[in-house]
Amino acid sequence: MEQKLVSKRFDAINPLSIDDYLESGGYETLKKALKRDRINIIEEIETARLRGRGGAAFPAHVKMMGIAKEEETTRYIICNADEGEPGNFKDRHLMEKDPHQFIEGMIITAYAIRATKGYIYIRGEYDKAHSIIEWTLEEARKKGFLGKNILESGFDFDIEIRSGAGSYVCGEEFALIESIEGKPGRTRVKPPFPTQKGLFDKPTLINNVETFANIPHILEMGGEAFAKIGTQSSTGTKLVSLSGNVNNPGVYEVPFGVPIKDVIEKLGGGSKDGRKIKMVQLGGACGPIIPEYMLDLTIDFDRFEDFDSKTGAGAIIVMDERFDVFDVLLRVAEFFEHESCGKCTPCREGNLQLVKLVEKFINRRATQKDLINIESLARVMHHTSLCGLGQTAPTAILSTLKYFRDDYLDLIEHPEL
Amino acid sequence: MVNIKINNTNVTVEEGTTILDAAKAKNIKIPTLCYYPDLDIKSDCRICTVEITGQKGLVTACSTPVRDGMEIKTNSPRVLNARKTITELMLANHDANCTACEKNMNCELQTLANTLGIDENRFESVLEMQELDTANTSITRNPNRCIKCGRCVDVCKNVQGINVLESMNRSHEMFISPKYGRYLSDEDCTFCGQCSSVCPVASITEKDDTDLVWNALDDDKKHVIVQVAPAVRVSLGEEMGQKPGSIVTTKMVAALKQLGFDRVFDTDFTADLTILEEGNELIHRITEGGKLPMITSCCPGWINLVEQQYPEIIDNLSSCKSPQQMFGALAKTYYAKKENIKPEDLFVVSIMPCTAKKYEAAREEMSADGKNRDVDAVLTTRELGKMVRQMGINFDQLEEIEFDDPFGITSGAGAIFGATGGVMEAALRTVSEVVNEKPLEKLEFESVRGLEGIKEAEVDLGGQKVKVAVAHSLSKAKQLADQVKAGTSPYAFIEVMTCPGGCIGGGGQPYNTTNAVREERIRATYQVDSDMKLRKSHENPVIQKLYEDYLTKPLSDLSHDLLHTHYHKRRT
Repeated sequence: MEQKLVSKRFDAINPLSIDDYLESGGYETLKKALKRDRINIIEEIETARLRGRGGAAFPAHVKMMGIAKEEETTRYIICNADEGEPGNFKDRHLMEKDPHQFIEGMIITAYAIRATKGYIYIRGEYDKAHSIIEWTLEEARKKGFLGKNILESGFDFDIEIRSGAGSYVCGEEFALIESIEGKPGRTRVKPPFPTQKGLFDKPTLINNVETFANIPHILEMGGEAFAKIGTQSSTGTKLVSLSGNVNNPGVYEVPFGVPIKDVIEKLGGGSKDGRKIKMVQLGGACGPIIPEYMLDLTIDFDRFEDFDSKTGAGAIIVMDERFDVFDVLLRVAEFFEHESCGKCTPCREGNLQLVKLVEKFINRRATQKDLINIESLARVMHHTSLCGLGQTAPTAILSTLKYFRDDYLDLIEHPEL
Repeated sequence: MVNIKINNTNVTVEEGTTILDAAKAKNIKIPTLCYYPDLDIKSDCRICTVEITGQKGLVTACSTPVRDGMEIKTNSPRVLNARKTITELMLANHDANCTACEKNMNCELQTLANTLGIDENRFESVLEMQELDTANTSITRNPNRCIKCGRCVDVCKNVQGINVLESMNRSHEMFISPKYGRYLSDEDCTFCGQCSSVCPVASITEKDDTDLVWNALDDDKKHVIVQVAPAVRVSLGEEMGQKPGSIVTTKMVAALKQLGFDRVFDTDFTADLTILEEGNELIHRITEGGKLPMITSCCPGWINLVEQQYPEIIDNLSSCKSPQQMFGALAKTYYAKKENIKPEDLFVVSIMPCTAKKYEAAREEMSADGKNRDVDAVLTTRELGKMVRQMGINFDQLEEIEFDDPFGITSGAGAIFGATGGVMEAALRTVSEVVNEKPLEKLEFESVRGLEGIKEAEVDLGGQKVKVAVAHSLSKAKQLADQVKAGTSPYAFIEVMTCPGGCIGGGGQPYNTTNAVREERIRATYQVDSDMKLRKSHENPVIQKLYEDYLTKPLSDLSHDLLHTHYHKRRT
């Protein structure tokens, strides 16, 4: 069931050894790419229909083509390695177990869009990944894959590492850009988009680690072959971070289209001690909570979108019957209440009110009116917040209102009124 | 051009137009809160949210450019519910004791809540009362009313280049204040008050001194006189419901009389006096090889900036006091003596478009006897409006009264002090006639007028070509100051006004000051000037008499004692 593409070298090579990477065919794609026409590379990615792996599932080639067409010649490329979403740890694996792979993807992408400088923004808490990447960049530099005149191609490009202090919102592209610029991590108004005015107001391509990791594979096998993996709307494979009450939590790579149930049962070894699964949160704290009977749902960007949520980062958090919906909701609400940047009203004030409302239910002080209010507030936050954080913060509440409504009604003082 | 539909009406607008502007052009009002004309688009409050057919989320009208074929609904139930919810969220974290608020009935949040028909707040109050910042003489900050719209931060950072106000912290603990929650007076705040002028609620206001003035007016022992700055006569009308650019000089004098002031004088008079002192100082510096460029010193916000951030250029500042303080010094000496009033029984009030003037009047140096203040109380245009309303005066029905003698005879040169470029033009009218010893053919120096950030002119002084420059708003002033500091300034004379547009755009002016309003006030200012018989300061007969009777001549010893001062470095 697993199909290993970006995880094929996991545990098979010494991640600190560039020779291991080279022996397994590493940087071969870069060598070829540097001889290719730049636009042709972007078209290959278009053929592959690669969509961003960080959560928003935006077509990768659109951003690349957007920058390629900008007049400004100073262009930046950023790898978003600020994997702060609870329940996600696949980017950590990519960085710790095969660090050259996504860096190769970054260099190829940089070449294609004529980026002048790259940044890898690593989550503040990822100390190990940070030191590995530092080492890896140095090794790549020594071999001439980074720096001036890469492999005699005339292309100059180097990468710097940046880290924040652990703020969740810095995974949001503009908050991340502000953070690299040395400012507080708060998002900006769009438009202009990063591809138009990003880092230091220059055109900037910002992609997730896994998105970059896919680039060498696409060029190697060709966009058409890549597009045959997965489903019509979601091509290729997805790294899934499986956690919670399962026997074998971990990172698994599956082609798109696999049912969530299979990931839990076949790869995760099912729930611990055979307990009944009560609910599964998809994507992380920002994702929907679905009941056990919906686990036939397949991993597919568009299936998730039907759901009114963006769950592309690929976390599956399994919770068995010992857990209560409201335990999860309170944790999630408090998480977002703490992590909101405070810039826009719905997110700044709304998350605090969501905590208050969830507490009201937990303390059995909620009324029918509160049920209406929490739903209305969650919807308004989803529709009006400035960035993804505020827009997805109420997803857990909206999904449980749909699938676990009885759990709410049970806690209302006089539900009959 | 693109074709769009707003509320099912076809609209054709230029590409790149925001939904907000497109709707405005069709007379469709979309409510806003963090949006303010001429400032950056922040899109933080999310109030101007609208629905676009085919799009799941709502978008903010202020920040979203129209696309061809876009169908916009500005008032769908979903939009109205979102606006209501957002407003309730703000109100749940706002000290909404409206009747105990100076902006009651004049508050953008209140108006919004009212328009949306909010009759109950579905959310519980999460307000944690914080201490007020009342530690300075100019501006009061009430964090309990702040709705975090960010207008003040924008104006402080981007218009003024001062960076005192900041968004601190995050989540619902985010607050706007000077760094780390310190007082304004702990920081390099110039007290320009632009933050108070753009605040949609009453979170930042001028320090209210109206009670001080009411008490003085009620005190039989006090002889209470008032001076009114040039910019107030072209803006007070707005406080009274008139349209921007209305000239209300005579009704304003009548209102002040009704309030009980014993004499109503004109700061234009000491503006004329400033020109004689400053003009002669400039001639002196040019001919005697003094420190150049000389930079005007009438503006207290600018003085604060120099003392705090540009101590190296203090010697470039003219040593003249501002017209407000020249008036105060003359009132407590010359006028008191002439009218046979003990200085301690004389209470001097000034009406200013400015919050920094409150700070200036409280400076130690601004005391003729070294003990008492020369100007006892400073009110902003807004505070005067408040007093007129408190008194129940029917402003429109007031008779027309002229300023009192002797400090009511003024020239058009004094009147234009209120607009950016006005001090420069007034000075040039006098300096060129004195130096060139012949009357000017044209009094208007058009090149120093208008809202351009930095303006330049070249004038002929006794056969010598001299370059001058005018800056308004502190970010622009800093550009000129940096040149002076670096020794690369090509100018002989520089005029600086802290506020955009000059004093007519001052931090104490009526709310809703935008560039369009500034243009109107500027137009009115030059109207006042062109309507006057006297248009040059040195031709003011009362000024001439003041020198004959009292001061002897510009830059005399007595002039230096009363009309000049020293500035000094404060903190770094």
